[in-house]
Amino acid sequence: MGSTISEKIFAEHAGLKKVEPGEIIKANVDLAMSPELTAIIAYKIMGEMGFSRVWDPKKVIFIIDHIAPSTNIQNANLHKQCRDIARKEGFEAFYDINAGVCHQILPEKGHVYPGMLLLGADSHTCTHGALGAFATGIGSTDMAAVLGTGKLWFKVPETIKVEVDGNLPRRIAPKDVILRIAKEIGADGATYMAIEFTGRTIKAMNIAGRMTLCNMAIEMGAKTGIVEPDETTLAYLKGRVKKNFQLVKSDSDAVYARIVNLDVSELAPQVACPHAVDNVKSVTEVIGTRVDQVFIGSCTNGRLEDLDEAATILKGKKINSSTILQVTPASIDIYKAALKQGIIETFLEAGGVVCNPSCGACFGGNNGILASGEIGLTTSNRNFKGRQGSPDSYVYLCSPATAAASAIKGVITDPREV
Amino acid sequence: MSIKGKAWNFGDDVNTDFILPGRYLELTDPKKLAEHAMEGVDPSFAKKVEKGDVIIGGRNFGLGSSREHAPTALKYSGVEAVVAESFARIFYRNAFNVGLAALECPGISGRVNTGDTIEIHLAEGIISVRGELRLKITPLPEFMLILLNEGGLVPYLRGHLKEW
Repeated sequence: MGSTISEKIFAEHAGLKKVEPGEIIKANVDLAMSPELTAIIAYKIMGEMGFSRVWDPKKVIFIIDHIAPSTNIQNANLHKQCRDIARKEGFEAFYDINAGVCHQILPEKGHVYPGMLLLGADSHTCTHGALGAFATGIGSTDMAAVLGTGKLWFKVPETIKVEVDGNLPRRIAPKDVILRIAKEIGADGATYMAIEFTGRTIKAMNIAGRMTLCNMAIEMGAKTGIVEPDETTLAYLKGRVKKNFQLVKSDSDAVYARIVNLDVSELAPQVACPHAVDNVKSVTEVIGTRVDQVFIGSCTNGRLEDLDEAATILKGKKINSSTILQVTPASIDIYKAALKQGIIETFLEAGGVVCNPSCGACFGGNNGILASGEIGLTTSNRNFKGRQGSPDSYVYLCSPATAAASAIKGVITDPREV
Repeated sequence: MSIKGKAWNFGDDVNTDFILPGRYLELTDPKKLAEHAMEGVDPSFAKKVEKGDVIIGGRNFGLGSSREHAPTALKYSGVEAVVAESFARIFYRNAFNVGLAALECPGISGRVNTGDTIEIHLAEGIISVRGELRLKITPLPEFMLILLNEGGLVPYLRGHLKEW
């Protein structure tokens, strides 16, 4: 019997020939990433465990992205501690507030490659599976153990194979695909499992789209989302990653816990309604819902392709006077490219505001908090009650196209009609 | 290990924003975090909860963020254990790592009311409710039991570095 990509990566990193789902193993970690809010806690716990330095400063990355720039003395202190630790340890890479959101920065700066085992102290670390890595989110104490030893224990996950077929219709994006999959699998349908995205639609999809899919694997409880590396992956990695790597692929006789088939050739725009990520409806069922704030950005949909799609719809138009539009590119490099291409100007001319890259708006940290009774429409990944601010606010999740179209009308709008 | 306390039932899908809202992630002192435990769903919980109390959940307890602030806030608020139908993966690991018991007990969520007395007998794998009803705990994986007995991953690693 063959193995899945995930099983092969775990076997390789545990020094074993083969591993089986359910098996508990200890594996060597290739890269440990911590954003500032969890980095400080993890580093302190590492000290309590008895370690004075990280196991390998070349394999640790700290990044200041969750609340950036600082908004008060408390988080300014966290930022300062992060900088001090990075300096003292001599990390090969440390990213300050002028970089961007961790899950964009790691691939963009060439830290992610196929076949690697990547751990991040952030739940959306699963994003990096888009490049054929096994990447998963962990808490601060697990991260502390990794920082001290370079190793962690894992339960080898079973895998759900999601096969997507069909050409994406006009204005239908990878975000619509993943919301449709979340509806199918449910918010706990993939708990402790890997989701392997495959099929003709995925093969034809660019890395930005694959990142959107893998990013939301955690919203189904999954340990990671992963896409088999191919020519598209290699083209993205060219010029970014210098080290040698292997293209790890699933065997044709690998065993899957479940196979989900989805044809997207007639998929409508999808919207996840309050207060659950799997409460997904076709946009046509929620058209006309009032929207007080539109947010385009996040590690799910803050890439150049996303901003470009939204700007195409907003070009030459104004947002409705009853709503506000906030755009947050996922990195400074994306910001600069968008500036060059006139995308930023389009947002500003339409009446939107463009913030610096950060995670704040997505988790109710800063830059875009919802007031009591307000309705937010966002391209991010979670719509839990109170997630973006007031416990009495409402969050709908959608694609960049749906967000842009809705900003123009001030109500949830079908982007195919604009 | 035996735990006896008052139950707080929060039902299905208790996410990490309910347990510890994102706006408090910049706090690092566990006692300060504890002041906001469960604030996303019950703002007065931290004032009402007493040492030894037990949180009851339904399906997918702890879904969402990797924030360890969530189980830490619960632990320092006085909560001794979380018992649920099922747990989300990262919360589950984080709970044991900080020394908070996260126990699966099918059927518990519909059979316990907030305020009921709960007794957890870990060695016997039994939970008794109101001194009468007895429910079975899904046996803990061996490693989680070791972590719990040693008080979490920090003391465990200090004592077992050679085997790590």
